[in-house]
Amino acid sequence: MARKTPEPVQIVKQRRDAALTALVSGVPYITFMGISFDRRGDEVTAILPFAEKLIGNPTLPAIHGGVTAAFLEVTAVITLSWAYIWEDLESGALDVEALAAGDLPRLPKTIDFTVDYLRSGLPRDAYARATITRAGRRYASVQAEAWQDNRDRPFAQATAHFLMPRND
Amino acid sequence: MTANKAQIAKQFIAFLPHAKALGMEIVEIGDGSAEITMPYADHLVGDPKTGVIHGGAVSALMDTCGGAAVMSHPDAPAGTATIDLRIDYMRGATPGQAITAKAHVYHITRTVAFVRATACDEDTDRPVASATGAFTVEGR
Repeated sequence: MARKTPEPVQIVKQRRDAALTALVSGVPYITFMGISFDRRGDEVTAILPFAEKLIGNPTLPAIHGGVTAAFLEVTAVITLSWAYIWEDLESGALDVEALAAGDLPRLPKTIDFTVDYLRSGLPRDAYARATITRAGRRYASVQAEAWQDNRDRPFAQATAHFLMPRND
Repeated sequence: MTANKAQIAKQFIAFLPHAKALGMEIVEIGDGSAEITMPYADHLVGDPKTGVIHGGAVSALMDTCGGAAVMSHPDAPAGTATIDLRIDYMRGATPGQAITAKAHVYHITRTVAFVRATACDEDTDRPVASATGAFTVEGR
């Protein structure tokens, strides 16, 4: 049985990074918030660099609760979309060039979103990761967690449900 | 006294950098209720194919409005922080239209304020989103 030669690592990385960049930069709100994504294999970590405009309480100062919620929601949507396109991306069914040119896949729609505030967001960079707890054909459940200095001390967590885009 | 507190809350919201960044404005505030509006803006779009505002921006509006309602309550002596917030998204907001949130404190104890909120675009009969949240009541 002939075994397929593995693709060169640069080709794989280039394809995946281009797809993720296209997905993220296609959403104006993500750019406005200054959120970027770091990729390791299929795992993505969202990064929210601290900025003055993210402050909610200037006397503390602390990151606005709405910013924290938005950050977790962006993380959940991108993680879900990324998982959704991953297979087509790897099989070659997804045209990365078209994606980069702005032909984005349809995004999941948020049905509901619940955020727990565990401690106040400090005026420094924040990170978040999401886990897809159920990925159905129509609905998906996602959990997300955000932290700052210490991974074991999250400052917020969220549970969300999404309506998946229909393939027709 | 109440009028004075409402004035303070109004100034405080105007002083929140993120609320300012999103262009939020207080329509009405007082006695545990608040109404805040956020204009449509291209940089708030979450789905470029439809032009619908990102849920995150709606969350920020709901959170701000809920916090403002708590601060305007006569039984809340000082600041507040969100404990949790659940938002249900009923439909995408119509592109080009401002989103207005209304929040009210439906129950308050010495330590916790319970808030309900709804957000609408120009079609006020069909809300865009609704929210329930718990907020801290902080002492003087």
